[in-house]
Amino acid sequence: MDDLVELESVLVAQIEAANDEAAIEAVRIAALGKKGSISEKLKSLGAMSPEERQFQGPAINGLKNRITEALTARKAALKDVAIALRLEKEKVDITLPVRASPVERGRIHPISQVIDEITAIFADMGFSIAEGPDIETDYYNFTALNFPEGHPAREMHDTFFFNPDANGERRVLRTHTSPVQVRTMENQKPPIRIVIPGKTYRMDSDATHSPMFHQVEGLVIDKTANVANMKWVLEEFCKAFFEVPSLKMRFRPSYFPFTEPSLEVDIQCDRSGKEVKFGEGNDWMEILGCGMVHPNVLRAGGLDPDEYQGFAWGMGIDRIAMLKYGMPDLRAFFDADVRWLSHYGFRPLDMPTLFGGLSA
Amino acid sequence: MKFTLSWLKDHLETDAPLDKIVETLTMIGLEVESLDDKAALKPFVIAKVLTAARHPDADKLQVLTVDTGDGKPLQVVCGAPNARAGLIGAFASPGTYVPGIDITLSVGKIRGVESHGMMCSERELQMSDEHNGIIDLPEDAPVGTSFAAYAGLDDPVIEINLTPNRPDCTSVYGIARDLAAAGIGKLRQQAIAPVKGTGEPQVGVSLDLDRHLCPGFAWRTVRGVKNGHSPQWLQQRLIAIGLRPINALVDITNYLTFDRGRPLHVFDADKVKGDLTVRHARAGEEILGLNGKEYKLGPDNVVIADADGVESIGGIMGGEHSGCDENTTNVVIESALWDAMNIARTGRNLGIITDARYRFERGVDPEFMIPGLELATQLVLDFCGGTPSGAKVVGYEGHTPKVVRFPLSDVKRLTGIEVPAATSLDILSRLGFVPQGTGEAVDVIVPSWRPDIDGKADLVEEVMRIHGVDLIEPQALPSHATVNGKILTTLQIRTRHARRALATRGMMEAVTWSFISETAAKAFGGGQPQLKLANPIASDMSDMRPSLLPGLLAAAQRNADRGFSDLALFEVSGTYEGDTPEAQRRVAAGVRRGTARLDGSGRHWSGNAAPVGVFDAKADALAVLEACGAPVDKLQVEYGAPGWYHPGRSGVIKLGPKVVLGTFGEFHPKTLETLDVGGTLCGFEVFIDAIPEPKQKATRTKPALNLSDFQALRRDFAFIVDKGVEAGTIVKAALNGDKKLVTGVQVFDVFEGASLGQDKKSVAIEVAIQPQERTLNDEDLEALSKRIVENVAKQTGGVLRG
Repeated sequence: MDDLVELESVLVAQIEAANDEAAIEAVRIAALGKKGSISEKLKSLGAMSPEERQFQGPAINGLKNRITEALTARKAALKDVAIALRLEKEKVDITLPVRASPVERGRIHPISQVIDEITAIFADMGFSIAEGPDIETDYYNFTALNFPEGHPAREMHDTFFFNPDANGERRVLRTHTSPVQVRTMENQKPPIRIVIPGKTYRMDSDATHSPMFHQVEGLVIDKTANVANMKWVLEEFCKAFFEVPSLKMRFRPSYFPFTEPSLEVDIQCDRSGKEVKFGEGNDWMEILGCGMVHPNVLRAGGLDPDEYQGFAWGMGIDRIAMLKYGMPDLRAFFDADVRWLSHYGFRPLDMPTLFGGLSA
Repeated sequence: MKFTLSWLKDHLETDAPLDKIVETLTMIGLEVESLDDKAALKPFVIAKVLTAARHPDADKLQVLTVDTGDGKPLQVVCGAPNARAGLIGAFASPGTYVPGIDITLSVGKIRGVESHGMMCSERELQMSDEHNGIIDLPEDAPVGTSFAAYAGLDDPVIEINLTPNRPDCTSVYGIARDLAAAGIGKLRQQAIAPVKGTGEPQVGVSLDLDRHLCPGFAWRTVRGVKNGHSPQWLQQRLIAIGLRPINALVDITNYLTFDRGRPLHVFDADKVKGDLTVRHARAGEEILGLNGKEYKLGPDNVVIADADGVESIGGIMGGEHSGCDENTTNVVIESALWDAMNIARTGRNLGIITDARYRFERGVDPEFMIPGLELATQLVLDFCGGTPSGAKVVGYEGHTPKVVRFPLSDVKRLTGIEVPAATSLDILSRLGFVPQGTGEAVDVIVPSWRPDIDGKADLVEEVMRIHGVDLIEPQALPSHATVNGKILTTLQIRTRHARRALATRGMMEAVTWSFISETAAKAFGGGQPQLKLANPIASDMSDMRPSLLPGLLAAAQRNADRGFSDLALFEVSGTYEGDTPEAQRRVAAGVRRGTARLDGSGRHWSGNAAPVGVFDAKADALAVLEACGAPVDKLQVEYGAPGWYHPGRSGVIKLGPKVVLGTFGEFHPKTLETLDVGGTLCGFEVFIDAIPEPKQKATRTKPALNLSDFQALRRDFAFIVDKGVEAGTIVKAALNGDKKLVTGVQVFDVFEGASLGQDKKSVAIEVAIQPQERTLNDEDLEALSKRIVENVAKQTGGVLRG
């Protein structure tokens, strides 16, 4: 009996002393291997008397089981230690910076973003998007739009002209998106509901004027569209675009050659602080021009002004972008300064939708 | 157009407060641009100096006691030489803002003596430049009352931003008429009595030009005038609207220009040699204008000339030579009509902006030519005396009024608001229109001062603006009552996808000018004469761009010059191959500079970014094409990109032999030199509008997905080929080795070395194999490998590397 006790204490001490897999295996073999100390004890059972065996059998088997368990436990513990050791070794400095995702670095220009916002809003009101060429004929840019001969806009100091062609005709860089009104009327039977975003050009350059800028034109032609409808469309648009629940707008009579009656629209704002705030305050800011399409323009589009009628409006995309997002200088829009683009540009996945909100 | 409130009230009988008048003006289309209500002058009161004593510590200062009317004299230190006991002047108390010195006064000590305010000079009140002393008023000036009111400086000045269609409102009278129509008081209408003149004018006038250029000329002479100052009230009005009083005769013409929108000219009759002729200027003729500037004239300009030459540019500006001064005794008063377009052109070409031109180029009321002459004569007689001749008119054939047929229901049709017919007709009548007859449509006679009215829509506008635009309630457009379908065209969708795709690749969207320099345009295949602007705003913005690349390259350089050398820019916009609509292309282009690659740029502990190159550009171009839904598997990539690219490091992406969808590559050093651009650069252009429309699909259902049950495997092959063999050919040959089993080929190594022999290279590919019907055994694989190797050998002459 004593030798079993002693053997157990020796083995336990050896197990505890084993520091790696090999050492533990050596202990296992020394105890439980073919010629192991416990195995030898088990073998000795055969030579014992039944009484002795009855007593020694459970004792030796108990020892075997305890040692087996101790070996397993020690093995697991050693494995844990080894893993912990490896993991400790594998530790890295997780504060090291990673490269920014391209999706985070890329930017959409505010003009494109605002055009997408405009598209989202007008799509909801049943409008399509129309486009037209930047290089226009005098006819589409002026004559068809009821600009009288001698109108200042037809002069070299306001409009970019190309050299006269063989027929003496001068093409122009369109001064507004309105030529697309007539081009659309020529190609599409009413009802027409379109918006026309695009590049426009005038001989102008300062903080709020640029020789190239962007406009969005709107056109509704059917048999009933009137000033009241126009007011609704523009009020709904401005509320949705500026993302304010209500917005006071002031429509006041004005003059454009291609509309009659013509109106200019101001929106209520607060200019007392650094930023312009919409939907509050006591100031008015002019934001767009609009009116009922002039009978002469309808005629130019091949429509009978006694049968068809409608309204049109135009506003500066760059301007409403500046108002909404606070860029102070229009010229920076076209400078491609990466600092500006990074600051005022939009992330590629910022998709303006009505269901998700126009801007974040 | 500027005027004062009291001036307006000459013509408008009204009790309406100023803010109501201002608001109404804007709401009827006469937008008030600025209003100076003279509130700044309100704090200044008339005060009397009771005592004046030498300042104890300053020679040039005096200590005054000043009575400001409340019986509590104030001590004021004053430096004006004319300050004295008994002087009555304009006083500002502490807290008052003094505009002329831009200072808000406070109680202060001047050399140890307290001063409780200030006696002001004219300059301090911005009345004039006078600053030699303080204002010195007559003895009867009422102490304690408003100085501005006493001096007539409290008359609010209103400036309206007049639209070009409203010549009638270039006059205070016309503005009063509009306001009266809108319910702000009553228009004071006074008949203008003809002046009783006798005899022929001292100077005759004849017309020697096309009638339309001068459709009427009325004049008379007045003998024995005395040309002094005009009355104070008139001078004050002119000053209030920013004009400088000169002498009575000139002031009268300026006054009537604003009061009635009737520009006039007064010649010194004694300086006119012979009679006057209205004619075209002769080439080389010159005139010294009243503004002191010399103008060279030509046959396009209409002038009034005497025997010695040009005396006046008709309708624009008089000449210095025959102008009136204090010695003038005999005058010719001219009231004429001129052609609006000719006036506009002449004014523009000569660079002359005058109040006369402003009116004539908009259209002056022809029927007021003669009354205007009479009114001017009366004022001359009133202010300067003299004996008038009879009035004479040449060229005027009278005014034939326009008549517009007006269906009254058009108001509702176009504006959506119900205005009773009687109200519409009443509005028109108050504006001077004459509706004729009754019924659903009436004929409306247009007044001579409204050349802008042509049709019924114009009359709707008149009714709408006077009735009130704000009364029109917004009304929803009829809804489609269905869910909206797709509204964008394929090109519009592709344009948007191209933008978002490039932005997700870490590129920033730029918007650059549509016009670039001739040099840049030519370097990219542009510079055609029909794409050159006749009047560019700057010499480097002269040609419509043939490509987006030069603008992006220049932008990249600008950023590099600012210290940002690793950057990736793109633009999706138009380029111009010609001047027709079809010649405007829709292009996506991008430029990467430095090490601005997809994964990032610059140095990094995990590995530095390599310089950008042709394959970065190729990847961008293909990404755009993929995002736009181009059939990417059918694209061919070939050499032969345009000359602005590096010939060996650039390519063309084609669909079939003819359709070019894009180009990409590094740039030719000479191109970069021409653009004055440096650094490591690559770029691409994709012609979005050249991508074919996708095929219309009958169903949205995707094709069934057939997944093989057998394990996919990969096999590597390395081929030794001639250096000139393109990897693309090897890949294609491997794919075609077995179209059924081979599902993909990836080039994983390209190696050149002496061991391979000269002009040879090794290209290693990994072939993905997907067994379809059964697991492939060794024999199957052997056979497949053989097919692949044989096909590559056949297509490229390559041999398997040992």
